[in-house]
Amino acid sequence: MTKCLILSMEEWAEKKNKKKIVVEKINLKIGEFTCVEPISLINTFNAAVLGSWLDSSQITIETIPFEGKCSKCDRLYFPKKENGYKSPCCNFNLEEIISGRELKIASIDFKEK
Amino acid sequence: MHLPISDKIELNILHQNSHQAEKNKVKFNNYNLLCLNIMSSPGAGKTRLLEITLEDLSKKFYSAVLEGDMTTNLDAARLEKLNIPVVPITTGRACHLDANMVSGGLKLLEKKINPDLLDILLVENVGNLVCPAEFEIGEHFKVALLSITEGEDKPLKYPIMFREADLILITKVDLLPHLNFDINELKSNIASTNPKADVIEISSITKSGFDLWQDWISKKILKFKNI
Repeated sequence: MTKCLILSMEEWAEKKNKKKIVVEKINLKIGEFTCVEPISLINTFNAAVLGSWLDSSQITIETIPFEGKCSKCDRLYFPKKENGYKSPCCNFNLEEIISGRELKIASIDFKEK
Repeated sequence: MHLPISDKIELNILHQNSHQAEKNKVKFNNYNLLCLNIMSSPGAGKTRLLEITLEDLSKKFYSAVLEGDMTTNLDAARLEKLNIPVVPITTGRACHLDANMVSGGLKLLEKKINPDLLDILLVENVGNLVCPAEFEIGEHFKVALLSITEGEDKPLKYPIMFREADLILITKVDLLPHLNFDINELKSNIASTNPKADVIEISSITKSGFDLWQDWISKKILKFKNI
């Protein structure tokens, strides 16, 4: 995932003229229902970019809650592992996921040299 | 230095992989070749499943395998004995196949056989219940294996894998009489995580369930090829 993030940043920077910019913050939106542990992503990113053009950049992560919709009564709810992800209102299985699958670079804060 | 600028891009971190996966899928479609992504934890029985499956399947459909492994070609060597085209993909330290690796594997497969002649490509992913679930490879269907020795709770502990799967094969069910294992609890946990998935119980020892699994594959191939 860290590699994918860095490759995405490289691709973005190519369009901006990498040598003329300094990235200050990479603002991510990471859903709770993904295979990404935010602190691990930050640590591996920091280690991977040491000495590179992204060395001075910081990652911020906005965690997007895992939210489902009860397929019986349409109520939104926060699925919990302890409850088998079922809806607390009708005890229905998790069918529709409203949010929590996000793996996004929301925005990039940078300065021109 | 100028004032900071905020570039709001809202870009999927995995977009490069997704883009390559789409390209792979277009290639599979052009070859009229159905691709299954076979995933599980290490030791759930993916390679043995393929050995038994391909013995029969390759009599009816032209089949090939891309065999993902971290460090060896041991599994690929097992499948090559079935006299079908097999391409090993050694991922090194990576714990999953990504779309670029599969694209590379497909190029090697094209050197072995004209994929126009094939009906189905089975991609055995690296044994791992986490990362393979997030990385599309261009597959038409995802198949997840879960052996009963892993415990009833795994669909809840690794929900992305089981949520993403189109078919879940519960493997090693011949061991049920010897284990304190509640298969109904497992099925309930699967249904909680992914109510839409097909579920088949299977044993590579007794061969139970293989008729259902072979039938599932055959139907998918025939539907894909509009036969």
